[in-house]
Amino acid sequence: TFKSNPKKQEIMKWNGWGYSDSKFLYNKKGQAEFTGKRYRLSGMIIPGLREWMESTFSANLQHKTPAAPILNSSAVQPPTLNEAFLKELKSTGIPFSHDAEDRVFRSHGHCLHEIFALREGKIGRVPDLVVWPNCHNDVVKIVELACKHNVCLIPYGGGTSVSSALECPPEETRSIVSLDTSQMNRILWIDEKNLTAHVEAGIVGQDLERLLNESGYCTGHEPDSMEFSSLGGWVATRASGMKKNIYGNIEDLVVHIKMVTPRGVIEKSCQGPRMSTGPDVHHFIMGSEGTLGVVTEVTMKIRPMPEYQKYGSVVFPNFEMGVACLREVARQRCAPASIRLMDNEQFKFGHALKPQVSSIFTSFLDGLKKFYITKFKGFDPNRLCVATLLFEGDREKVLQHEKQVYDIAAKFGGLAAGEDNGQRGYMLTFVIAYLRDLGMDYYVIGESFETSMPWDRVLDICRNVKARIVRECKDKGVQFPPLSTCRVTQTYDAGACVYFYFAFNYRGLSDPVHVYEQVEHAAREEILANGGSLSHHHGVGKLRKEWMRESISSVGMGMLKSVKDYVDPNNIFGNRNLL
Amino acid sequence: MASKAVYSHRDPMLKKRDDFEDMLEERRNSSDLRYALKCYTPVLYKGLTPCKVSELKQMVLQSDQLGYVITQVSKEKGVTSDEVTGEAAAILEEMAQRLQLSTVRFFAFTLSKVFKTLFRSICINEEGLQRLQQAIHNHPVVLLPSHRSYMDFLLMSYILYTYDLALPVIAAGMDFMGMKVVGEMLRMSGAFFIRRSFGGDKLYWAVFSEYVKIMLKNGYAPVEFFLEGTRSRTAKSLTPKLGLLNIVMDPFLKGEVFDISLVPVSISYERTLEEALYARELLGVPKPKESTSGLFKARKILSEDYGSIHVYFGQPVSVRSLAESRVNRSQFNLIPRHIPTRPSEEILSFVNDSAYRLVRAQEENMVLKPWVLLAFVLLQKQAAEEKQGTALDELTEQAVWLRDLSRQYGAFLHWPDHIPPSEVVSSSLSLHRGLVRISEGRVQLALEQVGGQQVPGETRGAITPEEELLNKAVVILSCASYRNQALNVFIRPALLASAIHTAASNRKQEIYNSFSFLRNMFSNEFILCPGATVQDFEEACYLLVKTGTLQINQQEVLITERGHRTLAFLTSVLDPFLQGYQVVCRFLCEQDGLTEKQFIPAVRKFIIKHLLTGRLRYTEVLSSDLQKNALAALIRLGAVQKIKGGEEQGTLKLNKVMLNSLEDTLGGKLPTQKSVVAHL
Repeated sequence: TFKSNPKKQEIMKWNGWGYSDSKFLYNKKGQAEFTGKRYRLSGMIIPGLREWMESTFSANLQHKTPAAPILNSSAVQPPTLNEAFLKELKSTGIPFSHDAEDRVFRSHGHCLHEIFALREGKIGRVPDLVVWPNCHNDVVKIVELACKHNVCLIPYGGGTSVSSALECPPEETRSIVSLDTSQMNRILWIDEKNLTAHVEAGIVGQDLERLLNESGYCTGHEPDSMEFSSLGGWVATRASGMKKNIYGNIEDLVVHIKMVTPRGVIEKSCQGPRMSTGPDVHHFIMGSEGTLGVVTEVTMKIRPMPEYQKYGSVVFPNFEMGVACLREVARQRCAPASIRLMDNEQFKFGHALKPQVSSIFTSFLDGLKKFYITKFKGFDPNRLCVATLLFEGDREKVLQHEKQVYDIAAKFGGLAAGEDNGQRGYMLTFVIAYLRDLGMDYYVIGESFETSMPWDRVLDICRNVKARIVRECKDKGVQFPPLSTCRVTQTYDAGACVYFYFAFNYRGLSDPVHVYEQVEHAAREEILANGGSLSHHHGVGKLRKEWMRESISSVGMGMLKSVKDYVDPNNIFGNRNLL
Repeated sequence: MASKAVYSHRDPMLKKRDDFEDMLEERRNSSDLRYALKCYTPVLYKGLTPCKVSELKQMVLQSDQLGYVITQVSKEKGVTSDEVTGEAAAILEEMAQRLQLSTVRFFAFTLSKVFKTLFRSICINEEGLQRLQQAIHNHPVVLLPSHRSYMDFLLMSYILYTYDLALPVIAAGMDFMGMKVVGEMLRMSGAFFIRRSFGGDKLYWAVFSEYVKIMLKNGYAPVEFFLEGTRSRTAKSLTPKLGLLNIVMDPFLKGEVFDISLVPVSISYERTLEEALYARELLGVPKPKESTSGLFKARKILSEDYGSIHVYFGQPVSVRSLAESRVNRSQFNLIPRHIPTRPSEEILSFVNDSAYRLVRAQEENMVLKPWVLLAFVLLQKQAAEEKQGTALDELTEQAVWLRDLSRQYGAFLHWPDHIPPSEVVSSSLSLHRGLVRISEGRVQLALEQVGGQQVPGETRGAITPEEELLNKAVVILSCASYRNQALNVFIRPALLASAIHTAASNRKQEIYNSFSFLRNMFSNEFILCPGATVQDFEEACYLLVKTGTLQINQQEVLITERGHRTLAFLTSVLDPFLQGYQVVCRFLCEQDGLTEKQFIPAVRKFIIKHLLTGRLRYTEVLSSDLQKNALAALIRLGAVQKIKGGEEQGTLKLNKVMLNSLEDTLGGKLPTQKSVVAHL
């Protein structure tokens, strides 16, 4: 067995989100704190978190549910190896491993049931082998060998999937090889004339931005998972970035894609910005979720780094006004790089995550602000909600743009609430995933899921889905009221993207994950019944497969199936996502 | 039996119902004025954004729904949209309620006085009110009371005011508007007025539906309307009207609210105020136009003992649960929701089934008084031409027998068990002394009475046989209106009993066919959910087997020794209707060319002739309700065709072969056709 380049699992948790050194915990004084040095919140005390957790979930620091500390390798099934494949693979010199830890690390994404099982030390079907191709040609060789020896390949990028896409199908009897693209992480060239960059698909979001920044450029593609998710994963799931209003979603950013399939390599012959050459074959690749092949190289649009960035926030008296404001902003097509609207519960949650303030002056100011909004302006603290904003561009235009947006907000009763609140809002998107691990230490499980819908249905879907979650929890025997909250995270001409967060205290339940899954299932049914989509950017995976036919019609399914049948007749890319 | 797996019988005896409290008791012991001025702070809908009556109107006029229709209408008619908007505003003005607490307080005061003189008690299930309060807090609420009297909606608001519950807005027929002062008073107590027919007027429809939906969605107030559309003159539940139910369910189906609670309310009167009025109306004395003075007159006539009222607030029904796994809500995803669309077949059948379910829920919680059972016995005796009447103890024996039977069938019977049955019977008879005559210990219907409840203006000494018959009929129909209150308890077993009676053999399949035929025939007459033939059959079988009337094995249906009495009774329950429908068929067979308008007077004449010559036993067949239902059934079955449009508009085209054969089948002279549902 080769030992590969530094492996991600050495600095990342094997049974939770993100870096090993960063996590929430309750210190000896019973105060919440965030460890490590990587984030703005790192090393800080968060005084409000405990009370929020206790009051929101009726959680109790005395009732702990700690995770299994280390992976018990004996719980991992010995690998089913295809000796002929292995022999030929060795001769190529491509690094591989069948070490239990390597295999387990690549056997899952971050769905609740996946992490919950890991924390309990339960390991299901995992890949039998991990390979680390170094370049496009390595991938070509691996795919050829896999076809020759009938081995099942599952591409693995950043491992941040939340659709059960990385789960090994339990019914798969062939040897399963996880194809880890992490070593294909170079920017091959930058074309400043056309403002494009040609990048290997294994590169992780934050590295791509950092490297481009060194040359004065950026892609502007910033999904919440960008610290860990990979370019290939974005393409394979039709990812969406926070700043899509300026830079576009992945489908707008991609100019050229190279993908290795069992039939050979698919790519276009030129880099024309738009073509009329029949249906765009890129659209078979984008969203294919690893069922057709491995994306190896991508040419992407790049932009000069923005001269100026400014955060902002607006408080609205209620969620309805906030949505109306976002709609108007979209109508006037003046959305800032990012605009997000949190509902009241999430506003309170964000509040609970405020770090301890160092100066009395800041806390005095906070108090004053609160007084102004709730007493002077008469906002009901149990109804008000907040929008966070991020502006980008040249300074003058940003300031002009800012004024335009605040003027619109004012028409909907919105009050500017400062840069700090805005910035904290965006910082939270990166640490929020860590918070689930803290919850899971204290009987609280939860997850987020997303959808998109036309403007006129935003309020209805938000209300109905939140109510459905509460009702289903009650019906399924959850003993405590759940947290059921949402936010509008993207605006479009014709609609919006909404994220739901849902969590509950599972004390007293014998099978909490099953209950969780039933509730999420019901919530998705509710979304679909109210005219929301199956997914805006998380993808379908295996988690949402059952709704594909009703989502795209039988003919649509047939189209996708026939592509799969042609490209991969022996189901080498056998993760069984999507179809 | 294929459907058995999905359909489980609940023993109706086990049905749990709440207890009643008399709300008048407190009124008799404390000041009405203080009560009318009491502090009123009802629990409101949690999602309510309070708004004024005028704001409500603005919301309607500015709604996308109405805006769309206004544009459409202005294009079609070639007038400016401002004009159409003006028209819409006028419609809204005519329609809208102006709920005012002061008016409600006024009614609370006056009605307290009125109710105390008219009624012994007004009994409410307070647990139902608690459930209602919870429902109002959680979701928009629709109140669905049964409709037997003008009193109903004032009574409803009176109760809700008394118990500090949110006052409803009530859909009322335009005819009330005729009463100037009262109309406005009603408006101020929450009534909004709808034209009786506005078939093709889409602007009217849009204003109306949007008005109702906005009040409902915003939780402005519970919306109240009568599923039956109008007061039932016969005390049988009427086939539910779907228009308003469709409207109030729409916000849920289109995802505009999380859920809507439908609350069936059963109002039962021990004596109906309109008793004789209804009977006259059914006999063809035209309905007096609702006028203020008329109402006062009615009050004067009726200032006597009307016994008690029972109001049962049923279990709230969640539209969401009704629709679950029945309606695919995503069907509304592809068209903007403000564009009016014709409801799909799926939705129509869903609303229809829901409506039947709700009417049955009303029926189930109607309180039946012992008199209702006496009405069965007295009418059957009358039809059997027992001139000398029934001995009191025989009547008591039969009533007790019927009491036990109806309880086994799940009737909500208020029979005071601690009082000897003979006393129960005599006190019932005394409350309804206008309808019965007791002499020498024998009881019969007061058919020969002169004067009393005479048709006004009729002073001539000599009475023609026809007039005499009609006078008799008034009493018989009044009495029948009490019997009818319990028909829903017996209807399924009665259909089965008649099916057994007419079927040529005791083969189960054959009896089922016959049951199915009768059920289909009478589905305009009684509340029989469309498409539920198998369930109804099984329910009837279950009840009759459980009570030891029948034994049923795989193939055959056998009558037990002691079952004959029950079967005889049940057959006689349906007999007036069977005969009535036969007469209608006979009548139609003898016609050439008849318009719909001529139908009722002509068939009435025909029936009078048959009654006078003694060829027909049941005077109650004179009820225009039965005649209309029969015609509607015949049209539905295709034996009669109503010609629409053209010169022959309204003419009835008669299929005499079919009418003949229906008549014979009803009379048991022809076997029923093989049923469509063959998988029994």
